[in-house]
Amino acid sequence: MPDAKATALTGRMTGICGAPNVITDPLELRTYECDGLTSHRATPALVVLPGTAEEVAAIVTACAENGVPFVARGSGTGLSGGAVPHEEGVLIAMSRMRKIIEVDPVARRAVVEPGVTNLAVTEAARPFGMFYAPDPSSQVICSVGGNVAENSGGAHCLKHGFTVNHVMGLEIVTPAGELTWLGDGTGVISGYDLLGAFTGSEGTLGIVTKIVVKLTPAPEAVHLVLAAYDSLAAGGRAVSDIIGAGIVPAAIEMMDALSIEAAEAAVHCGYPEGASAVLLVELDGPAAEVEAELATVRTLCKAAGATEIRAADDPAQRAGIWAGRKSAFAAVGRLSPAYIVQDGVVPRTALGDVLARISALSEESGIRVANVFHAGDGNLHPLVLYNDASLAETEAAEELSGAILDTCIAYGGSITGEHGVGLDKSRYMPKMFTAEDLETMQLVRCAFDPAGLCNPGKVFPTPRLCGEVPGKRRAPHPAVAAGQAEIF
Amino acid sequence: MTADSAVVTKALAAACSVLRDGSAGDAVGGVVPSFVASPGDTSEAAALLRAAAEHDLAVLPRGSGSRLGWGIPPERCDLVVDMLRMDAVLEHAAGDLVARVQAGARVVTILGVLAAAGQEIALDVPGTATIGGVVASGLCGPRRLRYGSPRDLLIGITIVRADGTVAKSGGKVVKNVAGYDLGKLFAGSAGTLGLITEATFRLHPLPAARAFVSTTLPVGGPAADVATTVAAAANSPLVASAVELSRHAPGGPVSIGVLLEGSADGVAARAERMAGLLGESAEVGDQAPSWWPVALEADDGVLIRVSFWLSALGEVLDAIDAAARNAGIAPMVYGSAGAGVLYVSCREEPATAGFVSALRAALSSPRGGVAVLAAPASVRSALADDGGMAGSVPALSLMRAVKDQFDPGHRMAPGRFPEGI
Repeated sequence: MPDAKATALTGRMTGICGAPNVITDPLELRTYECDGLTSHRATPALVVLPGTAEEVAAIVTACAENGVPFVARGSGTGLSGGAVPHEEGVLIAMSRMRKIIEVDPVARRAVVEPGVTNLAVTEAARPFGMFYAPDPSSQVICSVGGNVAENSGGAHCLKHGFTVNHVMGLEIVTPAGELTWLGDGTGVISGYDLLGAFTGSEGTLGIVTKIVVKLTPAPEAVHLVLAAYDSLAAGGRAVSDIIGAGIVPAAIEMMDALSIEAAEAAVHCGYPEGASAVLLVELDGPAAEVEAELATVRTLCKAAGATEIRAADDPAQRAGIWAGRKSAFAAVGRLSPAYIVQDGVVPRTALGDVLARISALSEESGIRVANVFHAGDGNLHPLVLYNDASLAETEAAEELSGAILDTCIAYGGSITGEHGVGLDKSRYMPKMFTAEDLETMQLVRCAFDPAGLCNPGKVFPTPRLCGEVPGKRRAPHPAVAAGQAEIF
Repeated sequence: MTADSAVVTKALAAACSVLRDGSAGDAVGGVVPSFVASPGDTSEAAALLRAAAEHDLAVLPRGSGSRLGWGIPPERCDLVVDMLRMDAVLEHAAGDLVARVQAGARVVTILGVLAAAGQEIALDVPGTATIGGVVASGLCGPRRLRYGSPRDLLIGITIVRADGTVAKSGGKVVKNVAGYDLGKLFAGSAGTLGLITEATFRLHPLPAARAFVSTTLPVGGPAADVATTVAAAANSPLVASAVELSRHAPGGPVSIGVLLEGSADGVAARAERMAGLLGESAEVGDQAPSWWPVALEADDGVLIRVSFWLSALGEVLDAIDAAARNAGIAPMVYGSAGAGVLYVSCREEPATAGFVSALRAALSSPRGGVAVLAAPASVRSALADDGGMAGSVPALSLMRAVKDQFDPGHRMAPGRFPEGI
């Protein structure tokens, strides 16, 4: 049963967004029940589709006044259940807000609405010889607003950084319903860096309504090297040697035999047959630098025992090779009725040990694991394959999946490199952080959202109650008393 | 010594083995602290802050102390937490391009350790500064254009809250989105939220070669020419690490310099092409031009930071000139123009505050700001009714709420932050 408090807002929401943009039909509501991670589902009481920042502010104000939880949703491609609706709450779908407001090529900035897709920003920048650097694999469809919520990475963040390094300003609606800016687009922060703290907060601190992103001059030269190996260890040696040579490639990706086989079957990417590991190394930058790096990378790949090396210099060839990598998740999905994608991170030098451990875990449990990973930064994407018709196999897969995260934590890594904690991994947070760490993080939550209405139940396993802060107050500062300054 | 202060002394001494009375040399903006304590590790720092909380002491963290004279003096300061004993490089995982350091370690010490493996933290800040101080003050050098500010290189942090609770966020892997990023919040927080005790950074390989390409634009040229040249350099796919500008006085010649880093052959080829972008008089060298800023200093007493979108650079230079002309002063202008930051250095004189106000009025766009980083008391009080030191800061009520959560007693560096936080 939809919650009465939320459905009672239908009239007010209709007044704000117009009837066509308020969804109450149970069947239609169900289309919003999950994001890219389909194992977590909840049907929202109400879905609204605002068209402007002011409408978002009015919606959030209505929710705040009535104690109704709300969840923002971009393109719904997230892989941690971060946009799973609240059953007693309002889902705010940002898909109508997709204007590119401005491109300023001299300042290297673009101002966009949150529903704009990641790739659309790069397309808008391309005529000026620029691009938007963060490129999650879902960039054709994922929204920039969602990228801000998740601090999205992508294959090229090894060199170019994450969303947080490229977002220079945000207009947000606070959980109290107020419109405010965090950052002014310059990259120079006045006061606390709330812009940095907000980015990656997974929709729990407010809703983004405008984004100022930094654009990057498009690289003069891009080269992609594909090297095949007869073991993951040999490929791993090449990665270490490349990093050891002082080269920071734009991307270093690796796939194991199972994922190569799957990608080959799905998109016929023409990867070397029978390889146990395929390494992709992309170099970008000024032509004069990239040529020299390319020669070094080829030499190092060969020295590590590559059975075959290919280079792709033109965009079409590169796209063909990348197609294999980017299709890997979906391709592996064809090998199995169901699969879990993990997103753990380990120090890069521990990759070999951790992959061996995953392989052992896989053998012990009889559950297959395909490995696709960002080798340059140690971000693993093990795909745990199982048959969801079997309860026993489902449980075994979940257990294996948890054991992989335990391994990542044991090696000093993280439970998530780019997919976010969301609903899915909040139970693992206490394994990575102490109770004090988590409580301290939630002080930020309490500052932004003391009522706990903004995307509740995500990131933290146990919400912190934000009571009245016990403060010791002294006599006011003279400047405050004189009305010259504000104390906070 | 009163009975009370004896009790406090005893409590602090029990928490921290290195404790002494504050002296005139420890004064910040005229406020002499009662105590100076030097914790040796995070747990000692935590015990110290717990004791300070029990006795309601106002606490000021201190690294090398080089920037304590900047900004607004604390309203009160009972205890200075001197971080210089926490000076260890705890971990350098060269293969992972990551280093974990104690907050009191000096930059020069850390860079020495990292250089042995051909790596660095890509910040050009004074070697004598402590890394905790660099993070807390958000100090940047010219290479911010390419590498960003300390918050962009920080991947993990350990802090002690005002009540002595130890907390960490991030970790020692570069790619990590688990939990809120407290490092971002503490970077630039000037000690007002808590004490930074450890920090973990992503590293970069030391460039094999570097080149400086510089030129001087003639006296009296239009600001638009300067802006065009800076933008051409900063937005070029030749990938500048820094694009700096320097001008001694309004109307004088403007020096523009570009730093390129990379392989020896690559840098040479790029420098030649960059020289083409800067014009006929451009010179290439492997040493920084004489005017290249070594470190940001408030040499003349007043240091102002103007931030802007690069497309407004011409307008910013014109506004500085107009305000200087009206005030009858001749300030020096320099900084990371390509990254949208300029510093204006002026002397303490009656017209200085008026100059700042005029500049703020002329540059009222929400896409930038005019902040006074350092100024003597006369200028500070003259600006008190006119935007204060920070100028307009968006989201002040959220910042107030964050401060209340982390430091409900308002004891951490009280009053140091914009608008009296």
